[in-house]
Amino acid sequence: MSTTETTASGVGPVEGGSYNVDNPAPYIEAPRQRTKKTPKSTRGNFEMAAWLFMRLSGVVLVVLVIGHLLIQLVLDGGVSKIGFAFVAGRWASPWWQVWDLLMLWLAMLHGCNGLRTVINDYAERANTRLWLKGLLYTATVWTILLGTLVIFTFDPNIR
Amino acid sequence: MPAGTLYRGREGMWSWVAHRVTGVLIFFFLFVHVLDTALVRVSPEDYDKVVATYKTPIVAVLEYGLVAAILFHALNGLRVIAVDFWAKGARYQKQMLWTVVGVWIVLMLGAIYPVLGHAARVVFGS
Ligand code: HEM
Ligand code: HEM
Repeated sequence: MSTTETTASGVGPVEGGSYNVDNPAPYIEAPRQRTKKTPKSTRGNFEMAAWLFMRLSGVVLVVLVIGHLLIQLVLDGGVSKIGFAFVAGRWASPWWQVWDLLMLWLAMLHGCNGLRTVINDYAERANTRLWLKGLLYTATVWTILLGTLVIFTFDPNIR
Repeated sequence: MPAGTLYRGREGMWSWVAHRVTGVLIFFFLFVHVLDTALVRVSPEDYDKVVATYKTPIVAVLEYGLVAAILFHALNGLRVIAVDFWAKGARYQKQMLWTVVGVWIVLMLGAIYPVLGHAARVVFGS
C-alpha cells in the first residue's frame, strides 16, 4: 500500500453524522460473542469429550495393539504357535487378561466413535443415519459384552 | 484437464482418506476377531480348526495387509495428535507425514519375514 496516496478515503459519508467523544457511535457486539441472550447449548460437551477420547485412547492403543501384534505375529514363531493351549497359557496371567480387556474396550469404543463420525459424514438422510447408528451401537455393545465374558469365563479344562 | 468434480487435495487430504479407510477396516476385522476368539469357550478343537485358517499362505497375505493398515493408522494417528496438541504441530504437519511414511516403510520391510516367512516356506517348500 502506498503511503503517499492522497485520494479520498474508501469510507463513504457516515450515517448519523460524524461521531466524536460526545456523540459516540453505537456499540456493535462482536460476531459470535456469547451474551446473556445467547441460547444455552443443549448438547453439553459430548462432541468435545468424544474428540478427546479419540486422542487419549489412540495413544494407549498404540502400545496395546502393536504389542499384541508383536506377540501374536512376530515373537515365538509368529502365527504358527497360536492355538487353544497358547491362549490358555496367556490367560493364566492376570496381566494379559487385563491387557486384552483394556484393548477390547478401548479399540471397540474408539472404532465405534470413529464409525459414528463416518456415518454422520456420508449418510445424508436422518432416517438412514438413525438406522446405521442403531446397528453400530447394537453390534458394538454385543461384541464388548461377548469379548468381556470370554476373558472372564475362560476355562482351560473345558474338555 | 480433468473435468470431474472430485476434489483433489494435497497430501493432507490423502492421509485423511487413508486414516479413515484403515480405521474402518481395522474395526470390521475386530468384530470377526472377537467372534473367532470366542470359540475358546466352545471347544479347543473348534478354536484350533479356525485358527488353522489363519496360518494358510493366503491369510498370511491378509495379515500383512492388516499390519500395514494398523501401522499406518497408528503412526498417522500420532501425527494427528501432534498437530492438535503440539504448538508447532500444524507448521510441521507435512514433514511429520513424510516421517510417518518413512517409518511405515521401514517397519513394513521388517515385518516381511516374521509375517510372511512361514507362508513362503509352505508355498516354495522349505
Ligand atoms: C492377525 C493378527 C492377530 C492375531 C494372530 C491375533 C491373535 C489373538 C489371539 C491368539 C488372541 C487370544 C488371547 C491372547 O492370546 O491374547 C487374541 C485376542 C484379542 N485380540 Fe488379537 N490378534 C490379531 C490382531 C488383533 C488386532 C489388530 C486387534 C485390535 C484391533 C486385536 C484385538 C484383540 C482383542 C481385543 C482380543 C481379546 C478378545 C476377547 O476379549 O475375547 N487383535 N488375538
Ligand atoms: C493404534 C493406535 C491408534 C491411534 C494412535 C489412533 C488414532 C486415531 C485418531 C487420533 C483419530 C481421530 C482422527 C480425527 O479426528 O481426524 C482416529 C480415528 C479413527 N480410528 Fe483410530 N487410532 C488407533 C487405533 C484404532 C483402532 C484399533 C481402530 C479400530 C478398531 C481405529 C478406528 C478408527 C476409526 C474408524 C476412526 C475414524 C476415522 C475418521 O473419522 O476419518 N483406530 N484414530
